[in-house]
Amino acid sequence: MALDNIFSIAGSALNSQTVRMNTIASNLANAGTLSGTDQDAFRAKRTVFKAIMDQQVSPHDSTYKGGVKVLEVKDDPTPVRRMLDPGNPLADAEGYVYTSNVNEMAEMVDMMAASRSYQNNVEVINTARQLMMRTLDITKA
Amino acid sequence: MNVLDKALGVHPQALGMRSQRMELLARNIANSDTPNFKARDIDFKQVMQQTQETALVTTQARHISQAEADPTGGVKYRTPFNTAFDGNTVELNVEQAQYGKAAADYQATLNFLEQRVSGIRKALRGE
Repeated sequence: MALDNIFSIAGSALNSQTVRMNTIASNLANAGTLSGTDQDAFRAKRTVFKAIMDQQVSPHDSTYKGGVKVLEVKDDPTPVRRMLDPGNPLADAEGYVYTSNVNEMAEMVDMMAASRSYQNNVEVINTARQLMMRTLDITKA
Repeated sequence: MNVLDKALGVHPQALGMRSQRMELLARNIANSDTPNFKARDIDFKQVMQQTQETALVTTQARHISQAEADPTGGVKYRTPFNTAFDGNTVELNVEQAQYGKAAADYQATLNFLEQRVSGIRKALRGE
């Protein structure tokens, strides 16, 4: 029955949105991270989603019929900021430290979008569950 | 068995199709943040017509059946009101509204089915 599939589809979305919220939390936590070199500076992580096509098998060996998964977690390409702070123990030979490229405003907005998507999928599951229970009650009609 | 099928009418098939449509809408909602995902929906009227007796009848081997002519099963891509930068055509508000309506439609079909079942039950009991 197609109503069963809704649980795995919306479940995959809940999973993906959780990964997204985790990366956002990590980005926000590292917003103030300083580093001594350009390469070592923290770069914000971005999750890239991909639709699961029919009949694709998940790593846990259950068949999802459609849904969404996290394809990859990529670094934000925005350049990191260089800041003159000779007193900092991390500063390089010229006295510069490198800050992360996390944009806190953008992260907060992204987090709200992620939590809204999560709520949407919870509602989808709730509705499907209610309909399923009602369908089972057909024997009592 | 055939008699019971007839007594239930078109509603069991309709219920299956309604739940299929809900699955498709759930898929759209799940992929609301996926780049290049295109929202899809079922043309319910068209699919229902194919299951009715009014559907094209194939009497010869070379006739093309309606299922062959449209292998998508009535699944079509949605035309979005606005386009997004990442090529995603899911509009969450639209999908939510459609999902709510689909749930109501499902319950309506379920009500019809319940009435038929209780009718059959009464007939069997001879009340």
